[in-house]
Amino acid sequence: MKGKILVLAAAAVFFWTGTALADVLENIKGKGYISCGVAGRVPGFSVPDEQGVWKGLDVDYCRALASAVFNDPEKVRFVPLTTTERFTAVQTGEVDVLSRNTTWTFQRDVEQGIDFAGIIFFDGQGFMVNKNLGVTSAKELNEASICIQIGTTTEMNVSDYFAAHGMTYKPVVFESADEATVIYDTGRCDVYTTDASGLAARRTTLSNPEDHVILPEIISKEPLGPSVRQGDPRWSKIARWTLFALINAEELGVNSQNVDEMLESANPNVKRLLGQEGNFGEQFGLTNAWAYQVIKHVGNYGEIFERNVGPATALKLERGQNDLWTRGGLLYAPPIR
Amino acid sequence: MSSLAPKTSPDPARPSRLAGLAGLANNPAFRSALVQLLVFAAVVAGLIWVVSTTADNLKRAGISSGFGFLGQTAGFEISQTLIEYSRSSTYARVFWVGLLNTLLVSVISITASTLIGFVVGVLRLSSNWLVSSLAAAYIGLIRNIPLLLQILFWYIAILMPLPGPRQSYSLWETFFLCNRGVILPRPEFHPGSWLILAFALLAVLAVIALVLWSRRRQRLTGQRFPTFAASLGLLAVLPLLGASLAGFPLTWVIPELRGFNFQGGMTLLPELIALILALTLYTAGFIAENVRAGIQSVDRGQEEAAAALGLRPGTIMRLVVIPQAMRVIIPPLTSQHLTLVKNSSLAVVIGYPDLISVFAGTTLNQTGQAVEIIAMTMLFYLTVSLLISLFMNWYNKRMALKER
Repeated sequence: MKGKILVLAAAAVFFWTGTALADVLENIKGKGYISCGVAGRVPGFSVPDEQGVWKGLDVDYCRALASAVFNDPEKVRFVPLTTTERFTAVQTGEVDVLSRNTTWTFQRDVEQGIDFAGIIFFDGQGFMVNKNLGVTSAKELNEASICIQIGTTTEMNVSDYFAAHGMTYKPVVFESADEATVIYDTGRCDVYTTDASGLAARRTTLSNPEDHVILPEIISKEPLGPSVRQGDPRWSKIARWTLFALINAEELGVNSQNVDEMLESANPNVKRLLGQEGNFGEQFGLTNAWAYQVIKHVGNYGEIFERNVGPATALKLERGQNDLWTRGGLLYAPPIR
Repeated sequence: MSSLAPKTSPDPARPSRLAGLAGLANNPAFRSALVQLLVFAAVVAGLIWVVSTTADNLKRAGISSGFGFLGQTAGFEISQTLIEYSRSSTYARVFWVGLLNTLLVSVISITASTLIGFVVGVLRLSSNWLVSSLAAAYIGLIRNIPLLLQILFWYIAILMPLPGPRQSYSLWETFFLCNRGVILPRPEFHPGSWLILAFALLAVLAVIALVLWSRRRQRLTGQRFPTFAASLGLLAVLPLLGASLAGFPLTWVIPELRGFNFQGGMTLLPELIALILALTLYTAGFIAENVRAGIQSVDRGQEEAAAALGLRPGTIMRLVVIPQAMRVIIPPLTSQHLTLVKNSSLAVVIGYPDLISVFAGTTLNQTGQAVEIIAMTMLFYLTVSLLISLFMNWYNKRMALKER
């Protein structure tokens, strides 16, 4: 795997003179599919099921992109990436879009040569501890040893939080979240930390899930979003507006079941979204029905959420901050007009 | 005889310039030098082109480059640091911390695996069926299971049975064993400690002098001196003497359980122990085979001749067989040592903070300077490998047969 990074970092950076300025959309249409970088082992976000079909929130975003471009949600190839190699993969065009529960930060946006398309999931870092420690708050974790996954914002947040509260900690940093979880389960660490959504997913894999509690403190802002390579404005905008279309569709009450009836809707907002009015789509190289295709094949944001991480799934996450602004959440997409 | 006739024939033909060039082209020494020069120039030009193209592409892709990031604050903790380090240290410091952690594991594992490898290699050739079968079984098992699995196996095998820090096993309330590692008292040095260090150095020098003297004495008189016991005595007594002269400036800080963990002692991390165990046992299996091959390459006649002189089996091994076997053992042994250093980069899998983990992992993720960081990391492994090769080649030359 290290070899992979190395080859990516050295060879690809060097060889991409030819493809550097090629148009991503043309390139995708030429090869007939979208390469989508995902995590690959995060339940609810990106994981292959028993039949080998990719499932999850991050996965569905890529299927939405494929629906927008090809009118076919299957025209995606998923590339599992580690936390350390993900940015190199998107910088070099190894993947067309990185949909890998990645936190949008200044450094990544400004110095890594990538553009974030938006926020698909509002998350925050939390702590999970064994009940028998008798800890009820993160402020009681002085001197605790903490299992962390390498190559994430998690590492820095822990450090910041402990410094801010005058506490110290002992990190045990693992290459993969799987190992970090297994080792936390043996009792090597007092605490396991990652984004709250991840904690819920990880707790389901422990030997005795009910012995562990997730502490109330959320210690960071983790706006997770898809990103694309910097330098191709058109592809950036397609990635961004595909996400906005998912959110707008939910706000306007358009879902995969009623999308065909909605074509007859008198509401101009719905008309513009579904390509019945105006010319919203051809300007960036797609058809005007791009958003209709997305909703028809993948559904709106709410459907994607319920299907992958909602109360009916193993993760049992409430909408919370990931609800529409009209219902007290943070999801607010610019209008299509 | 001399002829008075004027010389009419010109001097033996001085070759024309063209013929000279042809002659030069036919001169093998010149030709090979020219070809080498051209190849060297091509390689340098290629390198320059790669570097400048990469820099261009990085700039065009909007990725910042350069080594400026090394001066920035790291902002994360590391679980084992051999030098002073805190979250406010720089990335350059992180590089050194990781580098030393890698070297620590490598040095300990190389030493231990070489010792164990030699013992097992000799046992493999033992005439005792049980002993040689056990050695063969160990070698077969270890060499045929991937190292990554063995590292995980030892890590989980160590962690699983151990209790948490609050229920840890203790020895006289001074040494503790739990799933946080082995916790030992930490020596604290007060002013005057330099005397102990000075006397320890003195002891080492005294041992070297003693060995040289006893060898010479044996050559001249044939009498032997109990060097080993005397050396041990020197090493134990001299530092103690230094300590007493300085009024025992050394105190031990006893670890005690406070809150989640032990305070005040030093901790040997379970990650470190598991990694050293796995690397040592794995490499020892390969070294044992090299040793066996080396010993079998020595003619049996040597052993018989030594036995005829009345030497004991142990002495025959030590003084006759092994020195001759070394010529065959050292080259593959070098490879094993190099491989061990490179294998230590698997540390990141079990959370041991080696160079790959803290620098090519955490630092790379935080700064995004993939090209610079991977280059520095590669340079480190390359340097270490070359140093090991140089040392072993020098040693090999020393051990080589001296033809007189």
